[in-house]
Amino acid sequence: MTLPAEKTKPNQQPHIPSRAQNFARALQQVFGRGFGPGFWLCVLWLLVVILAAVFANWLPLRDPLDPVIANRLSAPLTSNVLGADGLGRDILSRLVHGSRVSVVISLTAVSIGMLIGGSLGVMAGYFRGNFERGVMAVLDIILAFPWLVLLLALVTFIGQSLFAIAVAIGFLWIPAYARVARANTLAVVQREYVLAARALGASTQRILLREVLPNVILPVLAYGLVAMGLVIIVESALAFLGLSVEAPQPTWGGMIAEGKRHLATAVHVALVPSITMFLTVLSLNFVGDRLRSHFDVKESNL
Amino acid sequence: MKLLLKKIPWLIGTLLAVSFFTFMLVSLLPGDPAVMILGAGGVSPEAVAALREELGLDRPLLVRYFEWLGNALSGDLGRSPMTGQAVMDAIMARLPVTVQLGVMAIVIALVLAIPLAMLSAYYAGSGLDRVISGAGFALMSVPGFMMAIFLILIFAVNLGWFPATGWIPVSVSPGANLRSALLPALSLAMIELALYMRLLRTDLIGTLQQDFIMLARAKGLPSWRIMLHHALKPSSFSLLTVVGLQLGGVISGAIIVEEIFALPGVGRLLYQSILQRDLLMVQGIVLFIATAYVLVNFLVDMCYSLLDPRVRYSD
Repeated sequence: MTLPAEKTKPNQQPHIPSRAQNFARALQQVFGRGFGPGFWLCVLWLLVVILAAVFANWLPLRDPLDPVIANRLSAPLTSNVLGADGLGRDILSRLVHGSRVSVVISLTAVSIGMLIGGSLGVMAGYFRGNFERGVMAVLDIILAFPWLVLLLALVTFIGQSLFAIAVAIGFLWIPAYARVARANTLAVVQREYVLAARALGASTQRILLREVLPNVILPVLAYGLVAMGLVIIVESALAFLGLSVEAPQPTWGGMIAEGKRHLATAVHVALVPSITMFLTVLSLNFVGDRLRSHFDVKESNL
Repeated sequence: MKLLLKKIPWLIGTLLAVSFFTFMLVSLLPGDPAVMILGAGGVSPEAVAALREELGLDRPLLVRYFEWLGNALSGDLGRSPMTGQAVMDAIMARLPVTVQLGVMAIVIALVLAIPLAMLSAYYAGSGLDRVISGAGFALMSVPGFMMAIFLILIFAVNLGWFPATGWIPVSVSPGANLRSALLPALSLAMIELALYMRLLRTDLIGTLQQDFIMLARAKGLPSWRIMLHHALKPSSFSLLTVVGLQLGGVISGAIIVEEIFALPGVGRLLYQSILQRDLLMVQGIVLFIATAYVLVNFLVDMCYSLLDPRVRYSD
């Protein structure tokens, strides 16, 4: 049984928390409870992946493109830390350099989907009428194509540079984001504060940016991490088919495709990049899922 | 019936837009198909112009679109300039493989997902539920091609139970056909399984809290009967919708899985045509797949309203 500090020392001045303490307490309220070690392990892994992607060129690694014939298919913990692939290239170094593609494409593609889809969705939900009908019809047409069919067609159309792949995958995300944003906007627009802003004579732009957007952005962002996990899967599938970023650049999907040829003799060539990718996508899904349910609870408490 | 009449114009509009989009996407591709057919270097401009005229590429885009659409409606998607084969024949020859693969995958996924989700929902919050849900969650983080590779590794390379690649038609031997189709279907099914399971579990937990379940319990019906007869049916509507919507995922997965297992299906045909830049073939296959996908989802929508009176009357 311990009592709060204030009550045991009654003669002390009432404690006024500083701004920093307030911030720390707010952080603790948001992130402190209920997450458990699994969540933080996932966050840690994601940080490792991001740091690897950012500092790939400065890390003490072998050249990811240098084929050392003597090391061909060598097992992990022998000549190379995580072994070498069919051409004798260092798998660890290729993983680290490959993470750049995954990180850059997942960030860019989700941002594109979020920005374009999100703003289309907010506008459709706010303006309604023919604009909404038109937007939804176009989205329905995009959704009428199975994703890989559309993606293959787009990639054939705009090429295989890092940016082109990111744009093509981002395009796939526009309908999903537009739907999330529209549904949330429809709910927000009917709230009293939007009516109040309108009654005060606020401009459409002001209502959209100051009243609607802040209330729509959280559910849209909460969807982001899970979407990034899916983008990594989509990109790797494309890379597996040899249609993502072109050859010398290592990608996780490309590494798995390479490993497929050596399944019978050297499993690690496919296994190591597969495990890396699985852990990354799992972490994104897990963290995204937890954050989403966490913020949902917060919203319902308001 | 009224709903059907209301939905038909929407269906036709969507299909028209889909066909236009497909046509434009492939027609606007960089690179002149005539040059590509004749080979890039050392061809006289006259020969290119002659072939362009023969292929009809010198006429306005819209005229070509309507002509192409008219032909497509009568089942003629043109002839591949690379192989000389009619696109429709090429698709039809490979369609049975893809359909069998997709149907097997969905059936396997449903057969596994329904009992697992029922167990998970009935014992919600228990250790069993956590294991099942956790496995489903992990499964969602595994891309189809990765699943395919590791199924090959375990069941073909190590155990040798199934062939690693290749396809044996039913006409040759039904048993061997199933054996050659099982691993590809399983790799497709695993991803769907995770999605179906998650959705059905959530739905079942919602249904189990309703009054009619309480009534069934109070009548003293056994748990399995309540789960099967009372809980599953109202929870299966959204499952049906998702199975329809996820068909796009199954088709996408089939492209990759057919390539990995070297199955002669439509997906592999599409992939190979893209690699060879056989644009007419790509155009035909994309139109075919998108049309089939839209039609199936339309049918699912209709079934949905037949099964659930609430949908029928609210619209």
